[in-house]
Amino acid sequence: MRALRVGKMLRDTLRSLFRRPVTVEYMTKPGSMVPLPERFRGKLTYDKSACIGCLLCIRVCPGGVITSTEERKASFNISRCIFCGQCVEICPKGAIKMSSQFEVVTYDKNGLLIK
Amino acid sequence: MVVKRSTERTEKEVEYTRLRIPFGPVHPALKEPVLLRISVRGEEIIDVDMTLGHVHRGIESLAEGRNLIQTLYLIERICGICSHSHTTCFIQALEEIGSIIPSERALYLRTLIFEMERIHSHLLLLGVMAYEIGFDTLFMFTWHVREKILDLFEKITGNRIHHAMNTIGGVRWDLTSQMAGEVKAYMREIEKSTKYIHSAFTDGTVEKRICNLGVLDYNDAIKLCVVGPTARGSGVNIDVRKDHPYAAYDELKGDFSVITRKDGDVYARTEVRIFEVFESINIIKAILDRLPNGSIRPEENVFRIMKRIPEGEAVSLVEAPRGELLYFVKTDGKGGLIRLKVRTPTFSNLLSLKRMLVGCEIADIPVIVASIDPCLSCTNRVTIINQEKGKSKVIDMDSLRRMVRRKWMRR
Repeated sequence: MRALRVGKMLRDTLRSLFRRPVTVEYMTKPGSMVPLPERFRGKLTYDKSACIGCLLCIRVCPGGVITSTEERKASFNISRCIFCGQCVEICPKGAIKMSSQFEVVTYDKNGLLIK
Repeated sequence: MVVKRSTERTEKEVEYTRLRIPFGPVHPALKEPVLLRISVRGEEIIDVDMTLGHVHRGIESLAEGRNLIQTLYLIERICGICSHSHTTCFIQALEEIGSIIPSERALYLRTLIFEMERIHSHLLLLGVMAYEIGFDTLFMFTWHVREKILDLFEKITGNRIHHAMNTIGGVRWDLTSQMAGEVKAYMREIEKSTKYIHSAFTDGTVEKRICNLGVLDYNDAIKLCVVGPTARGSGVNIDVRKDHPYAAYDELKGDFSVITRKDGDVYARTEVRIFEVFESINIIKAILDRLPNGSIRPEENVFRIMKRIPEGEAVSLVEAPRGELLYFVKTDGKGGLIRLKVRTPTFSNLLSLKRMLVGCEIADIPVIVASIDPCLSCTNRVTIINQEKGKSKVIDMDSLRRMVRRKWMRR
């Protein structure tokens, strides 16, 4: 039988008792969050004045998030969004952008509608 | 007299006790919901029956009502662990139908994400393996290593799990030189950590637990058509990356080798995965050294490209972390799909479970099932077998709840 090497892992276990935890506590202190990268895909933002009403975003959206309004602008239902970023890519005027906001939990369903 | 009767009864119990244990379909530790009905005599497993289809989501049917670019993000959701494999396989089929040739840089970047995904999937399984054999320290350590690779994914593609890296004719995000440096630095770190994980897995206690367990020999592996690390653990030398090179693997052929083990037990399958992590690291290093310059995607709008894809059909193969993944795609020529067929590696591997499990003990079930890298479970179901009449009935959650309620009412 080979030599037991449990001691090696045990040393690692004991050492981790005195180390700082790897995990970061969520929002206990301001600024204690894990930094978000530049390309992070968060909640959508919509610039209505820049929108020209081509409605290409409706045709690419896989989740059925986007519907058209009466004045030929887009309206977004974030509760269906899968954060793929395809609408951002297809928009010819850059009217849709993805923010770094990832907390989309809300008490009111209407808070998730962007018009 | 009394003593004699009791001995008779125990003899009878030993001879005829045959329990059926339902194992599945929902379990927090394992991912693929499968119901295994396991017959045991004492501790020994004598038969395994399998029921599939507990998470049938109708994705193939959903895809047929959507256009190609919507389908791309839909099929990414088939699997969280190998999301990039699914999209690559689909995109390859589309590019074959539309005869679109992606740029060299795009192919290399696809391969990069592919190999990073393989590392993260294998590390996930190694952690699960350690967890199943009760080695929680190693589980925590392995998943800590894996966590950083997810952060790298987030940096490169913007999301930890569903990368959304592929698009028709290329990839969506480029690798900056700063990111390349980070990936390179992390590869050195991960090599060190994986060596440590390997030394922990060669520990005497771990070897005693998983050696000669769930053996699938070479002939059975061939007959049951198993794929991926499960097949390579039984000595079958198959790897789509070598046999039918796709993406940039044709040029990277010399940078990695196919790992095979002859034993066919749980330990062999685990070891194959550990060494495949090293091979993936080699591939990533080669990619970063030889990354060509150029554009990553066509300038054209996605709609234009979609319109160019004619009516046609194609079959595409990739080597996902769990084995060979197959797609059959049939387009209608108007930017939509007529038929989509997906054959995932776990489906090929699941049938081999019966051969592995028979003869083992109940306590080995989670270890063996985890070793082929699927995802299993346990619910509140009980099977009651009436031995005299030979009938059995399964009590599901609802009837169990009803029984509990009735008992409560009587009180």
